[in-house]
Amino acid sequence: MMSQITNEGLILACSAIGAGLALIAGVGPGIGQGIAAGHGASAVGRNPGAKGDIMSTMLLGQAVAETTGLYGLVIGLILLYANPLLGKL
Amino acid sequence: MGNGFAAAPGAMLLDSSNEVDFFIHSYYEFELFGQTLSINTTMVTTAVVCLIMLGLILFARHEIMKDYDEPNVVQNVTEMIIEMLDKMVEGSMGKHAPKYRNYVITLMTFILLSNLSGLIGLRPPTADFGTTFSLALITFVMIEYAWIKNKGFGIVKDLLEPFPVFLPVNIISEFATPVSMSLRMFGNVLAGTIMLGLWYGLMPWFAKIGIPAFLHVYFDFFSGAIQTYVFGMLTMTFVADRCSD
Repeated sequence: MMSQITNEGLILACSAIGAGLALIAGVGPGIGQGIAAGHGASAVGRNPGAKGDIMSTMLLGQAVAETTGLYGLVIGLILLYANPLLGKL
Repeated sequence: MGNGFAAAPGAMLLDSSNEVDFFIHSYYEFELFGQTLSINTTMVTTAVVCLIMLGLILFARHEIMKDYDEPNVVQNVTEMIIEMLDKMVEGSMGKHAPKYRNYVITLMTFILLSNLSGLIGLRPPTADFGTTFSLALITFVMIEYAWIKNKGFGIVKDLLEPFPVFLPVNIISEFATPVSMSLRMFGNVLAGTIMLGLWYGLMPWFAKIGIPAFLHVYFDFFSGAIQTYVFGMLTMTFVADRCSD
């Protein structure tokens, strides 16, 4: 039964699984951004006058924290749409 | 991957039988010095974005010059925007602001209009790794130039901080800056482009009325504005950091 699987099919199937696994990277930024937003909210609660500064600092920090998740996304997209492994056959 | 996601025919899991389309197409190919080059979607959309930017600026200039002493709506709005951006650059660069103000404001205008160009049906130029990486390379050159100009040969001492063993780590972290900046914006904008491409390609016709507006508001307006702000802020922070210690 295993002999019916072509090399290309095997690579495509494993790439799809790999792309799914790569997107687990989204967990970390989610937690990090949530923590940043929570601390931002409590900071605004303590000092409503500084809302603008707090907002911009929070957004900058969240965007930087998002980077690792986006690395995972880019790896997933490469595996799906620009697969380098197929060229190695 | 050098060309964003140009078509890699064997690798498309979504085949072309459905109408999902968020790829870069090449419209015209030609040979130059033995290399095959192509006029592709990114170049066309970049040109369109630049023309829109030029048109807006010429319109504002025309309106302002009509009667400088009696401000009209366009003049007020333009001055408000420029003052806001000036204040932002001033706030994060301090005394180095005058030198970098023009570049940062131009950069941010271009990125914002690029990210918003999805609204009029273009594929945003910033959804191509080539565009974002070039922008990040300009930032990289500015960072290194400011550093060398400020410290001279002192940069060698900085690279050996805190111990000489850390030299490779410091060099790698130096080159990681443009990569992470460009990948951040590329990933964000491409994620929006793919989401909207999937929605327009796979949903039945009645789901394409009204509902995409919410997706556009999130992916084009919100995400695009945040990425613009982040790219500009990071450029200013890195350069100002190297200018002044």
